[in-house]
Amino acid sequence: MIVLHGRKVVGGSTQGEALVTKETISGWGGIDPQTGTIIELRHELRGQSFKDKILVFPGAKGSSGWSSFFHRARLAGAAPRGMIFNKMTTKIALGAVVTHSPAVTDLDQDPLKVIETGDWVEIDADQGIVKVTKRQERPAG
Amino acid sequence: MRLTNSEKAMLDGSEGRAVQKAMELLVRYGEALGAERLVDTNNVCGAVTAPSPWKLEIAKKRGVEYGLHAGFSEMNLDSDEVINVPRVKVYTCQLIQQFGPDTASLHDGSREMLDLQKQADGFFGSRGIHIMATCTPYQVGNVPVKGEHCAWMESSAVVYCNSVLGARTNTEGTESTGAASLTGKIPYWGYHLPENRFGTHLVEVEVPVEDMMDWGLIGYYVGEIVQNEIPVLRGQISQPELIKLKHFGAAASSSGGVEMYHIPGVTPEAPSVEAAFGPRQPVQTLRYGKEERRIAYENLNSSAKDRKVDFVMLGCPHDSIEQVWQAARQLEGKRLHPGTELWIHTPRALRELADRSGYTKIIEEAGGHILSDSCPAISRMMPRGTRVVATDSAKQAHYLPAITGVQTWFGSLKDCIDAALTGTWSGGLP
Repeated sequence: MIVLHGRKVVGGSTQGEALVTKETISGWGGIDPQTGTIIELRHELRGQSFKDKILVFPGAKGSSGWSSFFHRARLAGAAPRGMIFNKMTTKIALGAVVTHSPAVTDLDQDPLKVIETGDWVEIDADQGIVKVTKRQERPAG
Repeated sequence: MRLTNSEKAMLDGSEGRAVQKAMELLVRYGEALGAERLVDTNNVCGAVTAPSPWKLEIAKKRGVEYGLHAGFSEMNLDSDEVINVPRVKVYTCQLIQQFGPDTASLHDGSREMLDLQKQADGFFGSRGIHIMATCTPYQVGNVPVKGEHCAWMESSAVVYCNSVLGARTNTEGTESTGAASLTGKIPYWGYHLPENRFGTHLVEVEVPVEDMMDWGLIGYYVGEIVQNEIPVLRGQISQPELIKLKHFGAAASSSGGVEMYHIPGVTPEAPSVEAAFGPRQPVQTLRYGKEERRIAYENLNSSAKDRKVDFVMLGCPHDSIEQVWQAARQLEGKRLHPGTELWIHTPRALRELADRSGYTKIIEEAGGHILSDSCPAISRMMPRGTRVVATDSAKQAHYLPAITGVQTWFGSLKDCIDAALTGTWSGGLP
C-alpha cells in the first residue's frame, strides 16, 4: 500500500476504485451530469463515467458552469465518490465544495503518477491522507 | 480563514437566513481554496434565472409550490433548505440564460420552459438582479474599472474582465456568485492578488494575426497549450478591437482555461513584455506559426464531414452591433438557401439598436433571425433537424459537437454567410 499526504479541500472519508486521467476535465460541455460520463470530443476518458469512482485528475478547465454541472451530478446521484487533483483553481474548489464528496490536493507525490485506473483508493480528507492499493495487489473478486 | 466582525455577524445570522447560508458557503469555498480572507465586491455577474427540468425536480423534491426559491437555494447557495430569495446586496447582473417565448416558433424547445424564463426574469429582477441576459456584460454597460474586484462567471467574460479591462476576478460559479450577490464578498485568492497576475508563458507570434478568424485560431491553440496559465503574446499582431479580443479570450478559455493574458502595448497591465512578466521568468516559450495555425484549424473542424450545412450560428460570444452590421451588409438583398437557417445572437440591448438601425429588417428579409438571451450551446436549442452547423466562433465549434452531437464547421464570417446563402460549406484555411 502507498500512502500520500496532502491537504483537505472537502472533509470526510471515502473509498473506491480510481478513475485516472492525465487530462483536465471540463464541467459544462465536458460531462453529462445525469450519468457522470465524460463527453468532450478529444478527451481520453470520453464515454467513461466517474459515477461512484475516485476521480484522479490534474484539475478543471473550461466554462464557469463547472461547479453547477458537478453539483447537478450530485443531485442526479452520478457524482464521483471522491476527488484527488493537482492544480487548485476556483472552478475545482467550488465544484468540489458543492459536490460534497471528500476531496484532497497538494499531495506529497504526484497522484497521476502513483495512482492508476482500477487501483483501490481510500481518502481521509480531514487528515489529508490518501491510501492506494495497486490493482494487482488487491485480492481477486 | 480570517473573518471581519461584520462577516462573522453575517455568518451568525444577523442579516437573515439567506445571508447566513451565503456566508457559510463562502467560508467552505474560501477554505477549499486556501484563501486567507474575503474581499469586498460590488460587481457580481452570475446565473440565477435559467429554468430547467432539473430545477423543477428540485422544487418537487423539496415539496414547495413556487420553485424559484428552491432552485436558487440549491443551485445558487448550495442549500437543500429552501430559503426565500431576498433582494441582493450589491450590483448584480444576470449573464446568458435560456431563450424566452419570443423564439417559440424557431425551435422545438418546451413552451413551459420559455414561459418560465420570462417569469424568472420578473422574479429575479424584483430582487435587484439586472437581466442583461448575455455572456458579454461588458458590451451592455457593465464595464468594471482597472483594479476593481469583481465576482464574475462566464469564462469568456472573466478573461475579458482581467485581461482587457484590468479588473480582477476569478472564474466564479453559480453558487459563489449567488453567495456574493447577497453578501458583497468573495474569497481573496487567485487573480484578486496582484502577484498572481503576471505572465507565465511567452508566445512568439510568427504568422500575422489580423482578422477575426486569426484571433480565434491563435486563442484556441494557445489555450490548449497553456491551460490555466497566463500567456503573453508578442510578434506579428496587429492592433485588435473589442470583438477580436472577445473572440480570442473565448477561444483560449474553451480549449484551456485561460483567465488572463497580456498583449504588451495593448492590454492595461502590460506596457511592455518585461512589465507583463514582472518578477517571473517565462516557464515556456511557444511558437505560433503556420503549422500551429493549421493544427488549431483542424482541431476546430474535427467533427465536420458533410458539406451540406443546415444551420449557421453567429454570435458566440454575443455579437457586437458592429458584427450584426457586418452580417447584415453581406446579406442585404439576398436570400438564404432553402433548408439552411441562420441565427445571429446579440444582447437584447443591442438588438434594440439593430432594430432601430434597420439591420434586423435586412437580416429577416434575407430569411435569418436575430436572437437574444441565450445561444445553441447553452440552450441546446437549434432549428429542427439540424445535423451540420457552421459558425465563426471557436468556442461554439468546441462545445456544440460535444453537447449536441452535431457536426460543426468553423470559419470566417464570410465562409458562414456563404454557407447560409448556398447551403454548402466551402470554407478553408487561407
